[in-house]
Amino acid sequence: MSEIIKNDYAHHSSRRKFLKTLAAGVGLIALPDKNASASLWEEFFQKHFRELSKEELKNVLTRLETKYGKQFSKQVTVKATPPIEGVRYGYALDLSRCIGCRRCVYACVKENNQSRDPQIHWIRVMQLNKEKGVDLSQAEHYYNPDKVPEKGHFYMPVQCQQCENPPCTKVCPVQATWKEKDGIVVVDYNWCIGCRYCMAACPYGARHFNWGKPGLPAAEMNPATHYLGNRPRPKGVVEKCTFCVQRTREQPGRYPACEEICPVGARKFGNLLDPESEIRYLIENKRVFILKEELNTQPKFFYFYAT
Amino acid sequence: MKIPRFARPRLVLFALVPVLCMSVGLTYAARVKEFDRSGQLVVSEKSAAEQQPVYDIKNRAKEKTFAVPRPPFSEGVFPCSQCHTYLKPNPERRALTEYHTEIVLHHAEGQRWCTDCHNLMNRDKLRLVSGELLDFTESYRLCGQCHGDKFRDWKVGVHGKRTGFWNGDKQYLLCVHCHNPHDPKFKSLKPLPPPVRPGEARH
Repeated sequence: MSEIIKNDYAHHSSRRKFLKTLAAGVGLIALPDKNASASLWEEFFQKHFRELSKEELKNVLTRLETKYGKQFSKQVTVKATPPIEGVRYGYALDLSRCIGCRRCVYACVKENNQSRDPQIHWIRVMQLNKEKGVDLSQAEHYYNPDKVPEKGHFYMPVQCQQCENPPCTKVCPVQATWKEKDGIVVVDYNWCIGCRYCMAACPYGARHFNWGKPGLPAAEMNPATHYLGNRPRPKGVVEKCTFCVQRTREQPGRYPACEEICPVGARKFGNLLDPESEIRYLIENKRVFILKEELNTQPKFFYFYAT
Repeated sequence: MKIPRFARPRLVLFALVPVLCMSVGLTYAARVKEFDRSGQLVVSEKSAAEQQPVYDIKNRAKEKTFAVPRPPFSEGVFPCSQCHTYLKPNPERRALTEYHTEIVLHHAEGQRWCTDCHNLMNRDKLRLVSGELLDFTESYRLCGQCHGDKFRDWKVGVHGKRTGFWNGDKQYLLCVHCHNPHDPKFKSLKPLPPPVRPGEARH
């Protein structure tokens, strides 16, 4: 009887031994080699952006600059410019001028390093009927006539409205998206887990998800980037318009790319807290409305009629 | 005539109304209530003279000038005096047949013609309705004569393309940099491609 037991025990032990060595071997192979291990380790254990100390932030930015530099074979800068004091950005769009040419859409794609394939557009231009007015259920955004503007239609581009009371930041389970002091709602792409709750919460359809690895050709990449703005995104994170945070937070602040490219001057941008700014003038003097006002998101993207 | 009792107050009122209306035209020193731009009620003492502003045309404030880029002249056309000092000015309204034939006027052509905006005697200048002469770099004042609402918006930056810095120097463009003064209506553009439909995207 004991001989049988001895034999059984010996059999189990050898299988156990085999499995142990197998697991150890796989573990050794899975460990990255010395060069890559440092940055991978740091990326994995990187703290939330808002918890980073100045030193840690500098290390993060340098690490990202090296990574993107290698990826796109060009000198890339990643900044983390903080918000300017006493600024609350506002955007206004003149519906009596927009002709639906979509130059803003593609200027945004170029400036903000959006994936070309799979295609992501942060701005969506809606074609609406003049007789029906602003009725979003009747909007068409795949329009492609020979000439715009088409008779009887007007055009309304929609992008992130940078709400004062944003529903998207309330639902993020990991707090990867938040509203900064200057009013811009930002996403930390290294913290986002890609659950897309924020996309479900946004009433304007302004957030976009990287379903696949972003296809961004190195030749078209904009190397002046911001950590919370237009740096190249990885697969599986949510992105959206940031009012060109890499441009507007400079001193002196530049206009967003969409505002500069508009050929008819339908877009206006400025500081809502500055009583002399053009955005304040037109809110006080023109017919202004906001989208989906009943949801109390308090967007800072105003649509107006100049005439 | 016997006036019934109930009609007496009404008659008195009817008699007084024309007197009250006439007195509106006479102005005395008064406390004036106005609303400022932010909606606040402002009460101030104003003398009679202050309440009826008088516009002194001869001594009015000088118009603010705006730094603009060079006007978009056609090749070799400016300064106009290089040809027009030798040509006899002809004020008769007509269609031009010898030169400047590429200019077809589609801008109030029923009411005006060339010399209503271009100064007949000195072609290097434009002229306002008052007769005042302007440089081509100040042509926005000429357009502003009829398009005052657009001019007011342009001065604040609400009309027209805005470049520069939102908290720094802003670049103003002349009206004519975007609008052809002889044929201002914008031509339609071909729009850039629409977004790909989800079903058409490659997987």
